[in-house]
Amino acid sequence: MNPFMKEMRVAYAFIERNINLIKRYWGWEVVWLIYSLVNSLAVTYIGAGMEKITGQTLDTQYLITYLLVGTLIWSYLSVIFYSISEMIAWERWEGTIEYTFMAPVSRATHLVGTTLFAIIYGILRTLVILIIVASFFNLDLAGANLPGAVLLLLAGSVSFVGLGIVAAVLPLLYPERGAQMTNAAAAILLLISGVYYPVETLPAWLQVVSSASPATYVIKGMRGCLLHGQSTRSLLSIVFILIAAGTAVIMVGLFIFGRVERYAKRTGRLKRSG
Amino acid sequence: MSTPALEIKQVSKVFIKKERAKRFLNTKKEKVVALSGISMSVSRREIFGVLGPNGSGKSTLIRLLSTLLLPDSGTIHIFGHDVEKEPFAVKRLINRVSVDAAFFKKFSPLENLAYAARLYGMPIRQAREKMRKIMLRLGLKEETFTSPMENMSRGMQQKVAVARGFLTSPTLLLLDEPTTGLDPYSKRDVQAFVREIREAHRATILLTTHDMEEADRLCDRIAIIDEGKIIALDTPQGLKRSVSRRNGQDATLEDVFIELTGKKMEEKEQDK
Repeated sequence: MNPFMKEMRVAYAFIERNINLIKRYWGWEVVWLIYSLVNSLAVTYIGAGMEKITGQTLDTQYLITYLLVGTLIWSYLSVIFYSISEMIAWERWEGTIEYTFMAPVSRATHLVGTTLFAIIYGILRTLVILIIVASFFNLDLAGANLPGAVLLLLAGSVSFVGLGIVAAVLPLLYPERGAQMTNAAAAILLLISGVYYPVETLPAWLQVVSSASPATYVIKGMRGCLLHGQSTRSLLSIVFILIAAGTAVIMVGLFIFGRVERYAKRTGRLKRSG
Repeated sequence: MSTPALEIKQVSKVFIKKERAKRFLNTKKEKVVALSGISMSVSRREIFGVLGPNGSGKSTLIRLLSTLLLPDSGTIHIFGHDVEKEPFAVKRLINRVSVDAAFFKKFSPLENLAYAARLYGMPIRQAREKMRKIMLRLGLKEETFTSPMENMSRGMQQKVAVARGFLTSPTLLLLDEPTTGLDPYSKRDVQAFVREIREAHRATILLTTHDMEEADRLCDRIAIIDEGKIIALDTPQGLKRSVSRRNGQDATLEDVFIELTGKKMEEKEQDK
């Protein structure tokens, strides 16, 4: 068997493990899906109710789609971010971290398995939410560029994989509060990336910070595709930037992870209880 | 002369324990010496025992050999590979059974073992056959193979942990108190299996235990470790002989331990 196939077989260990975790913790999955669904509906209804809130005539359909795109893309990107950033937190919580780190598996292979699962799971989960939420509103996506949207989403995933790796370092460094710290990191991304409002609404200094978030470009591009039918050709530069920046973040993330793993081994932080 | 299975030279490991002092953000740092200049060599196919009370440094030693900790000083070679510089080569040769049977609690034994087998790159069909064989050999019943681990007794979980350690046919098997929590019958099963593994797979085994009888029965040589230092290293017979000579009576390994550490194992554990 060639080395690539060998590594892919090892990477499948993480895909199968995560599928088993979903099967065994299906109750949690249902609860989380309901939470995301209700959250998406609640946010989208803000758009539906805007005429009543302001007492003015507005393009409600545009507002609904604007908010729905934001909430769905955020739902997808946060699945990628959390699936990767929690790869250490789960193992620590279950107590299996030492066994996984003792196995002859490179961190890159560990990551490939976790990422493949996260992308498939994120797409399926977002589709379920989209189908249910769409049944509540009359969505008109006739002029939308759907292939361009998918391309942008996949390019955006690369950056979130990188951010997930950087965040995964936190539970390794801080056994007790690392997982909570990743929540704070996700919340900051939510604030600055223009998920529910244009980034131009933010104070000038936060707009500067928002330009560093890959989600800013993904969400802006997605709105261009789905609301204005922006062509795939015009998106290529953003796609290229997202893939290039994502690859760089993954490289930096792997480097940081390697250093922190070594530090954890030096200080004895891999232990289950920390 | 062939390369020893394990060669440890002058290995030390110190942990820094942080304690929050009375004032906010003010921490007190305390140095805990886990291992202090340990040196030893284990031959191929040897069953080597490490005895010592809790906190004596046994588990730190096992973690260093498992590549989960890095030594502060000294070197460790496993079949000639440096644990720090060639961790992948080392990882392919070792496996470990620890006192806490750490598993995905809601997974079945087969799911947990399949995960382990995939991590070690084993073809899954072949691995499934091997899992069943090992678990049956260890006295686990077929109907337990697919039920969640959290529904199993501590002893049964420990047997699955032993099965996981043996599954990958490691050349060096690290057994960290593998029979703790097992009933006497299960203990015998595991001990017999350890011997079988050594014979059938030409494996080298490093065993830490609190069970003196187990150490006496299984080990070719034993190191007694206390406060991070090796205080005696010999065959079980050699250790017992040295104490018998001094006291003029037949000694057990327990007597050896008391004589060398100055305390009973239980007292030592209470001290910690």
